[in-house]
Amino acid sequence: MITVFAVFLLSLLVITSIAIVRAQNLFVAVMLMAIFSLLMAANFFILDAADVALTEAAIGAGVTTVIFLGALSLTAENEKKVELSRGLAICVVAATALVLIYATFDKPKLGDPEAPVHQHVAPWYLSETPNLVGIPNVVTAVLGSFRAYDTLGEVFVVFIACIGVLFLLSARNESDQQSRRSSPDSIGLRHHLIPKVVGRLLFPFILLFGLYVQFHGEYGPGGGFQAGAIIATGIILFALLEGEKRALAAVPHSVLMGMVAGGAMMYTLVGVTSMAMGGNFLDYSVFSSDPVFGQQLGIILIEAGVGITVCGALLTIFHAFAARENY
Amino acid sequence: MELLGYYNYWVFAILLMVGFYAVIVRNNLIKKLLGLAIFQSAVFLMYITMDKVEGGTAPIIQEGVADQIYSNPLPQVLILTAIVVGVSTTALGLAIIVRIKEAYGSIEEDDIIAKDRES
Repeated sequence: MITVFAVFLLSLLVITSIAIVRAQNLFVAVMLMAIFSLLMAANFFILDAADVALTEAAIGAGVTTVIFLGALSLTAENEKKVELSRGLAICVVAATALVLIYATFDKPKLGDPEAPVHQHVAPWYLSETPNLVGIPNVVTAVLGSFRAYDTLGEVFVVFIACIGVLFLLSARNESDQQSRRSSPDSIGLRHHLIPKVVGRLLFPFILLFGLYVQFHGEYGPGGGFQAGAIIATGIILFALLEGEKRALAAVPHSVLMGMVAGGAMMYTLVGVTSMAMGGNFLDYSVFSSDPVFGQQLGIILIEAGVGITVCGALLTIFHAFAARENY
Repeated sequence: MELLGYYNYWVFAILLMVGFYAVIVRNNLIKKLLGLAIFQSAVFLMYITMDKVEGGTAPIIQEGVADQIYSNPLPQVLILTAIVVGVSTTALGLAIIVRIKEAYGSIEEDDIIAKDRES
């Protein structure tokens, strides 16, 4: 039964992707992209990747769509119609697809326990996590402790991307500044009754769920990346309903900047502290006389740092796109 | 039924190429980024497909349950962080597109090239 469902979902994924490429209206394409992400999240869930499904649903279907829509409002909604020479491209793409499909016959089948990927280091993670880290969610343990270097790198990539967006979008053209500043501030959806009521009802629960995902990430699916994205989505919903200004009054720019830099700093400081206490960089065992408790403490601290940076970065990016419109 | 074990990989190959097609054929820069996002999702799907173990469950250790098979946590960790990095880089790309639109007045590749030739 699950197989039939999986095949159905995967086929829908292909159909949606073709619809995205064919759509002339970019607004339609972006909305289809949100559906594509949601289908992808369902697929990840069927493939036992609960953490990844949560991330894809919060980020792919939520935040990415909002950022794309922000960019669309600053550019153009329709794609220009041009006569394209598609023939050669279709040949190249079809030939490559056939070669790739031919190559899949060398791969181990879906779910094969003898596949090489399951033989190397993964069984060690699964068997040693309860003894060394003592938390049930192995994904969080690998992310936060065993491969904490990787995660530190990813957090800094998010940090740098956020700075890049700010550099590109905060610079203003001096000559237009005067004329555009007089445009009225966006008032959001406050005058629409149904979005207002539903949004206000949902907003506190989205934040609560975000905090639950953050602090329960060691025991169930979740962690800093997902929680940061969910909380950011909640605040973006608030900004869409109440307007930019009120959202910035609730969480001002200075706080967002502090979050983006502070979370990454907090992560690094945990690593430096572990070095100062005589361990290796990001080796949390030295934090306490009981190494397992030290590991748990370290993971909670770095997950908090990840959550703060991701939430701050996504909100900063959203505000950068939204503010460009008003100036 | 034997061949269904490869179905995920076939979908990966098709999605990868649909995304690639959008990148090489479409002139619109936002369409190209959407194509890139599909391309990226296809790679995520391949990694997550590799983590599945027959009869397994999500890698969250349950106490008091012996011989439970768990799926491989490693690809999940890689893709989880990649998704977040993906949205940040997409946002950076969109920011560049917005600046291109302001500088050239268009987000169609051929218009931009034509304007560049004029100057």
